[in-house]
Amino acid sequence: MPDTGAARLERAFREAGRPLFVPYVMGGYPDLEASRRHVQLLARHADIIELGIPFSDPLADGPTIQAAGQAALDAGIRPSDVLAIADDLRGGPPVVVMTYFNTVIAHGAAEFMAEAASHGVAGLIIPDLPVDEAADVRAAARAAGVALIALAAPTTDDARMQQIGAEAEGFVYLVAVTGVTGGEMSMDDRLRALAERARRHIPVPVVVGFGVRTPEQAAQIGQIADGVVIASEIIRRIGDAPDAGAADAAVDAFGAGIAEALAR
Amino acid sequence: MSVNMRFGPYGGRYVPETVIGALDELTDAYERYRDDPDFRSELGVLLGHYVGRPTPLYRARRLEEAWGLEDGLWFKREDLCHTGAHKINNALGQVLLARRMGKQRIIAETGAGQHGVATATPSALVGLGCRAYMGRTDMQRLRLNVIRMRMLGAEVTPVDSGSGTLKDATSEAIRDWVTNVDTTHYIIGSAVGPAPYPEIVAEFQSVIGIEARAQMLEETGGLPGTVVACVGGGSNAIGTFRGFIDDAGVALVGVEAGGEGPAGRHGASLALGRPGVLHGSYSYLLQDDDGQVAEAHSVSAGLDYPGVGPEHSYLRDIGRVRYVDATDEAALSAFLECSRREGLIPALETSHALAYVRDRAAELRGGGPVLVCLSGRGDKDVDQAGAALGIDASA
Repeated sequence: MPDTGAARLERAFREAGRPLFVPYVMGGYPDLEASRRHVQLLARHADIIELGIPFSDPLADGPTIQAAGQAALDAGIRPSDVLAIADDLRGGPPVVVMTYFNTVIAHGAAEFMAEAASHGVAGLIIPDLPVDEAADVRAAARAAGVALIALAAPTTDDARMQQIGAEAEGFVYLVAVTGVTGGEMSMDDRLRALAERARRHIPVPVVVGFGVRTPEQAAQIGQIADGVVIASEIIRRIGDAPDAGAADAAVDAFGAGIAEALAR
Repeated sequence: MSVNMRFGPYGGRYVPETVIGALDELTDAYERYRDDPDFRSELGVLLGHYVGRPTPLYRARRLEEAWGLEDGLWFKREDLCHTGAHKINNALGQVLLARRMGKQRIIAETGAGQHGVATATPSALVGLGCRAYMGRTDMQRLRLNVIRMRMLGAEVTPVDSGSGTLKDATSEAIRDWVTNVDTTHYIIGSAVGPAPYPEIVAEFQSVIGIEARAQMLEETGGLPGTVVACVGGGSNAIGTFRGFIDDAGVALVGVEAGGEGPAGRHGASLALGRPGVLHGSYSYLLQDDDGQVAEAHSVSAGLDYPGVGPEHSYLRDIGRVRYVDATDEAALSAFLECSRREGLIPALETSHALAYVRDRAAELRGGGPVLVCLSGRGDKDVDQAGAALGIDASA
C-alpha cells in the first residue's frame, strides 16, 4: 500500500532541514501548459506544491487570485484538468490542492477524493470548510488517503485551535492576516504571538501564508513557523511578464530566491 | 432557545475560518437580545413610528374582478414601509443589534438597491458608517437607489467581477467582512448566507406574516386559502410564510424569476438548480456540472441571484411550499396591470408574485382568499420598466 498523503507531507517536513517553501500555482493560468511548466519550475525549489482549482466565487481570495481563476474558467479549465497536473510531480514534492467546497461536493466528496488520490494528490485545502463542518469530508478524504489540511486564522481562539489541532493531518495552514489573499502581511509581535499560539495547540507542522511577497518576509516567517505559502505574488509576476518565456524565468528566479532565503 | 443553524440538511457555515468567531459573536448577541425587553421595545417603537408598521392589509378589488378571484385578493402592503420595501424590517433590527455588539461600521450587499437603502437609513439614524457593495450592472439599472444611498451618507462601491450583479456584490461584501471583521457588522439582506443569518433575517421579517395573519382573521374572519410571495434569496417570502407555516390548510407559493423562459437564462434556483454551497450555506443553487456557480438572470435585480435561502430549500423538499416561476415578460405586464388597475406601482420583484396570481387565477379560483406580499414599491424601477414597456417622459 502506498503512503498516505499525510505520511508524505509529514516526511516532507522531516526531510527538508529548513522551513518549507510552499508555492501556489493556479491550474490553467495563464493557460494549462504554462501552469504545468510553472509547477515543474517551482518543484525545483519547493517542498510542497499548492495547486489551485479555479472557482467562480472564491470568497477567501483577493483580486489577484480571483482574476487568475476567472481567466482559467473563461478558457474552459475544469477541475479534472487541474488534478491531472499533479501526475507530472510523482516522485517530486507532494501536491496539495486548494479548492472551494462546492467543487468538492459537485460530484460527491468521495468521488472527488478518489479522483484526487488517483493523480497522487497528497492533501486538500478547502478555505470555506471550517473544522466544525468538515466531518463528512474528512472521513471521505481519509478513506482515499488524502489529508484534509485545516486553516487557522488570527481570529481563531484557543479552544478552536485545539479543535483544529485534534483533527489536523499533514500540516495546518495559518492565515497571517485578517483578510483575503494577496494583501501584505507584516512581521510584528502580533503575528509572532499568533504563530506561537498555533504551535502550542497544534501538534502537526504550521505553515503561514496570505500576503507574503518577498524573500525577506519568507525568511522571517521561517523563524516562527514550519513553512511559508506564497501565492498572489507568484501570479502577479506571471501576469507582469511580457511573454511566456519571461514568465517562466520570473517564476524560476522567484522560487530560487525564496528557497535560498529559507535556507539561510 | 438556541438559534437554528440548519433547516434539514440545508444551511450551515461554509465560510473562511477568519469569520467564524464573528458568526459565534453574532449568534451569542442574537440569543441574548432576541427576547431582551429593552431591545424589543426599541425595535418595536422604531418599527411603529419610523418604519410605519403595522403595514395595512389592502383588498385589491379591481384586480380581483379582472382576474376573477371572487374569494378576494389581498395585499400585505410592505411597499408602504419607510424606504419602500420590507428590507428595512431586517436592516433596522440588525443595525440595533450591531450597535449593541459595539460595531463601528456596517456593510451590506445590495441587488436592487433596496437593501442598501434600507441599511443606509438606520445606519444614518444611529450614526454608524455604512458601505454598500453593488454590482456595476445593477448600479446602472437602479441608479435612483444609488443616489439615495449616497444621500443617506453611505458609500456605494461598484463591483465589476462576474456579471456585476447581486452574487458578485455579496462575495465582495463577504471579503470586506473577512478583512474588517473586528470593527464591522455585515448586514446580509436576504435569508441567505452562513448561520445564523438565515434565521435572524427570517425572524426579523416574520413580522410580515404575523401581522398579515391577524389582519386576515380580522378582515375576513378566516385565513387565506393561498399565500404568494416572490423569492430571490427569499426574505419577504420566508417572513410572510412564517406567519402561516403551521396552518396546514393554507397553501404557500413562492415565485422565482423565470427570466427569459424555459430555454433561456433565469433565476429559478429551487425549480432548476441542485443543492450546493454559495455564500456560506448549503442550499439549492444554479451551477454547472463542476459546481461552478451559474450567472442568474432576471429583469428584477432583487431576484437576479443563483442561490436561495436554506429554509426555502427545506420547505421545498418537505413539500410545505410550492415554488413556481414567472418570466420577465409576465412580470412586466403584471407590473403595468397593477399600476393601471390599482394605482399601485409594484416593485419588479413583487410583480413576479402578481404575474403568478394572474396567470394561475383559474387554479386559485374557489380556493379561498389569495394573499400576496406586496413586498416593495416600484419607484426604483421606473427607468428600467419604462424602457421595457415603451413609456418615457418625452413630450
